[in-house]
Order: sequence, then structure tokens, then C-alpha cells
Amino acid sequence: MKKKEKNYNLILGASIALFMFLFLMIGVFYTPYDPDAMSGSAKFAPPSLSHIFGCDHFGRDIFSRVLKGTGTTFFVASATVILGGGIGIIVGAFTGYFGGWIDEVLMRFNDAVVSFPNILLALVFISILGPGKYNVILALAIVFIPSFARITRSEFLSQKEMDYVKSARLMGVSHLRIMFVHIFPNILPSVLSMAAIGFNNAVLAEAGMSYLGIGVQPPDASLGRMLSETQTYLMNAPWCAIFPGLAVIGLALGFSLLSDGLLKKGGK
Amino acid sequence: MKYIVKKAGTLIITLLIVSFLSFFAFSIIPGDAARSRLGTEATQEQVEALQKEMGLDKPVLVQYGNWLKNFITGDMGESYSYSMPVSDLLKDKIPITVALTLLSFFLILLISIPLGIFTAQHEGKWLDRALMVLNQVVMSVPGFFLGILITFVFGLVLKWFTPGAYVSISESFSGFLSYLIPPSVAIALPRCAMGVKMLRSSVISQMEKDYVRTALARGNSGHQVMYGHVLKNALLPVLTFWGMTIADIVANSIIIEQVFTIPGMGSLLITSISNRDYPVVLGIIMLIAALVIVINFIVDILYGKIDPRIRVEQ
Repeated sequence: MKKKEKNYNLILGASIALFMFLFLMIGVFYTPYDPDAMSGSAKFAPPSLSHIFGCDHFGRDIFSRVLKGTGTTFFVASATVILGGGIGIIVGAFTGYFGGWIDEVLMRFNDAVVSFPNILLALVFISILGPGKYNVILALAIVFIPSFARITRSEFLSQKEMDYVKSARLMGVSHLRIMFVHIFPNILPSVLSMAAIGFNNAVLAEAGMSYLGIGVQPPDASLGRMLSETQTYLMNAPWCAIFPGLAVIGLALGFSLLSDGLLKKGGK
Repeated sequence: MKYIVKKAGTLIITLLIVSFLSFFAFSIIPGDAARSRLGTEATQEQVEALQKEMGLDKPVLVQYGNWLKNFITGDMGESYSYSMPVSDLLKDKIPITVALTLLSFFLILLISIPLGIFTAQHEGKWLDRALMVLNQVVMSVPGFFLGILITFVFGLVLKWFTPGAYVSISESFSGFLSYLIPPSVAIALPRCAMGVKMLRSSVISQMEKDYVRTALARGNSGHQVMYGHVLKNALLPVLTFWGMTIADIVANSIIIEQVFTIPGMGSLLITSISNRDYPVVLGIIMLIAALVIVINFIVDILYGKIDPRIRVEQ
């Protein structure tokens, strides 16, 4: 017997994710300064007690802006996972459970899409839809559907052969009920892990697109945009770039650890 | 042979589907290409005349056929905002992005193979654990932020290179390459981390197999077993990952080019998206799509070459 190891990934990931969540919840109710208020005297103020993350090239308080920006990123990433993951899971559940030619066609299509880099597909959709917070969500959600569908499908494929499904069927339980009441709870660990890794990807993709200037648009605060705006002043005011960057890393790292931990917990 | 033909067939079909979908997507965008080219002052007749000239009045399928025919012969249409052929626009950009991609890929192989083997051999020891923690952190750093950090530390503080001072190939080839090193490190590091993780787990799972125990029992040294037996099997699953990595590098170079102000395909793609210059966007997307699909094809063929079982099963 192997000694049961502590699931450090899960603990650490959950703590980082929780910390980031509490951090952004502060931003929802309170920011020390107005994130958009400019101040000539505070231009490039280094981190101090009054501005703990310092100020940017317009004298805006970076701490307040990071609070708001983290909130935006979190919102975009959660909405993406809920929308893309929701549709992906439904598609995967039906194709995996019923099979047939629709399954065959969709999976061929999936294979073609999955081999494509996420960010590139998202850029295609953004160039069609135009930039903005909601278009980013839509673009990323569409891009994430295939990977969610694929994993859910393979889980359903293996579950539907199990005895508990057959006996439920014999007792006259409807297909829909078997799929979502009987099978779904069994695949929940892998679904959650998939959602966490999807969240991680969405954070990185949103930050990247906003950095390029085609993601979240002002007046919405955005970590990626803060990074691209202040990159020119890197030598004199590195704090302008470092704190938004750390916030992105915090979100991404927390959820990728969480995903690893959940996978381990699911016994895979 | 039959395997290659079958794979080639799938390759062509996938290329056709992808190209049609992209073309179709761009043709249903609200906003008329002809009108946007002529400006708001143009009369209805002028717009219709230009639409006819550009072939926009025909059904989508006919338009797609024409476009595909031109695309194969290297004619990708004309850019709206630069008023020059897209192919001319891309000609100077492609070598830059290709060089950046190859350099990054080379770096990934150089770092991740030795580290992957090393961490697998020392599984569970403190160095392995430390490397795995570092790995996890590096994977979560967005490439562009890594680029900014590299610019700050090595460009501004240590002054190993001058940020923004891009050297073109025609000026000096060595200068061009050395300017590409920091961005390719920024692209490579997160993917190195993933590569190490994959190779490590692949090697570890092979080490548990019976043939390893047998080989060791027959008196082969650990090195012989690792490089003569284990590695060949362990690299198989990683091969797919590397294929995907190349596609990923190209996609990420779009962002990294922006960080280091490299005038490659990525920069052009971003400006074209902002300018709504669809022929350029479509051309670049199609090129990258073709690249991705061809690489997947090559990986499939290599797979069959290395592991004959796959050819038989299909």
C-alpha cells in the first residue's frame, strides 16, 4: 500500500484561488481611490503607504486599478467557462451517450478544431465580432466548446457501458435522467478539473487579447491593457507592469494547481 | 504506403473544410468590403460596380472557388488599407516569423528533453520536486508578461540587448538572430515547462514496464536501458505534443512580436484586425492553418514510421 500523500496541489490551488477571489471581491465594494481618477502630482509615484502599488503615467492608483482589472478578468473567464463549458458538456454528453453519425461528424470537426491554437481561433472570432468584453467572452466560449465536448464525450462513452446504467435503464429510467442524474455526478471530478484548466486558459487568453488592444476595451479596467500601456515606462516605473502581471499569474496559477489537484483527487 | 495516402486524403479534406469555414466566416461579416473601400461618399452605382469587379455579387461558393484558385497560385487578393497585393505584404514578414518559430522550437527541445529525462530519473528527490514547482509557476505566466520581464531584467537593467532596436535580415543576419533570442526565450519557457512535465511522466510510466526490468536484469546499465529502450517509447506520446507546440508557438509569436516590436506576421495580423483589412487577416489565418495541418500530417507519418503498430491498426 502506498502511503496516502497529502494533495498539496489542491490545497495550494484552492488557497490561491480563494485569495484572488477575496481580493477581487474587495474591488467590487471598495477601492481606495477612483481607478480612473488622474492626479498630476502622483504621476509615477512609487509604491508607498498611500499608494501601496504605486501610480501609473496618469497618476492613477495602481492598486485600485488592479482590483478592478482582476474583477474584469475573473468575470470574463468565469462567463467563458460557464458558457463554453455548459454547451460543450451538453454536446459531449449527447454525442457520447447516443453515438451515431452525428457523433462521428462532430468528432471529426472537433479533431480539426482542437489541433488549432486557442488564441488564434479567438482572434478570428474577434476580428469578425469586433473587440469588447462580451465579444471576448463569446469568442473564447466558442473556442472552448470542442475541448469540453471531447472530454465529456469520452467520459460518457466509458460510463454508459457500466452496470449501473444498464440496470437503471431496465428499471425504466429515461435517457435524460440517466445522463444528468446518474452519470453526471460520477464524472464530476473530471468536469471540475476541466473547468479549472479552462478558466486558467481563459485568463491567459483574455490578458493576451487585452494586451494586444483587441480584448476588453476602456472604460472596463483590464490587466492586459494596463501592461501594454505602461510597458514604455518599464525602466522608470517597473511597478506599473509588475503588479498587474502578478495578478494575472495569481489567477492562472491558482486555477491550474486546482485542476491538477482535482485530477489527483479523482484518482487519475 | 496505404497509411500515407489515407492520411494525405484527410489532410486535403481538413484543409478544404478549414479554408471554407474561414472564408465563409469573413464573408458574412456585416459591412460591405466594396463600400468600406470607397468610403461613405461613394454613390450606390459606384459601390455596385466595384462589387461586380471584386466578384462580391456572386454566390459565396463561387467566390470561395475563385479565391481558392487564386490562393493556390499565390494570389491572396489585395489589402484594403495598404492597396497592395497581400502576398507582397506577407513576403517580407514570413521569414521573420518562421525564424522566430524555429528558434523557439529549437530552444524547447534543447531544454525540455534533458530536463525531462533528468527529473524522471530523480523522481521524488528534492531537485525534481523543486523543478516541478518551478514548472507549475512558469506554465501560468502569460508569455507576454514573461517578455516584459525579460525586457526589464536583461534589456533595461543588465543591458544585454536593446529593446525595440530591431535588426532586419538584410542589415545583418547575426544581429537579426541575436535580436530574436530574448523573444524566443519568452515563447519557449512556458512550453518547455509543459514539455518537461509530459516527457517526465511518459518516461516514468515506461520505467515501470516489464521490458525495463528484464533489460536491467540482463545486466544492461541504467544508461543503456534509458537511451536504448525507454526513450524511444517515451518519446512517442511527446511527439504529438511537439507537433501541437509548433502551432502554439506561431500563435503566441503574434503576441510576443508585439512585446518586442518585431515586424513579423503577428504584428501585421493585429493591425489588420484593427483596420478590418479582411484579405490580409484571411491570408495570414489560412497560412497558419495550413502550417498547423501540415505539421499534424507530418507527426502522423512520423508516428507510423516509429511505431508500426499504428499503421496496422488504422
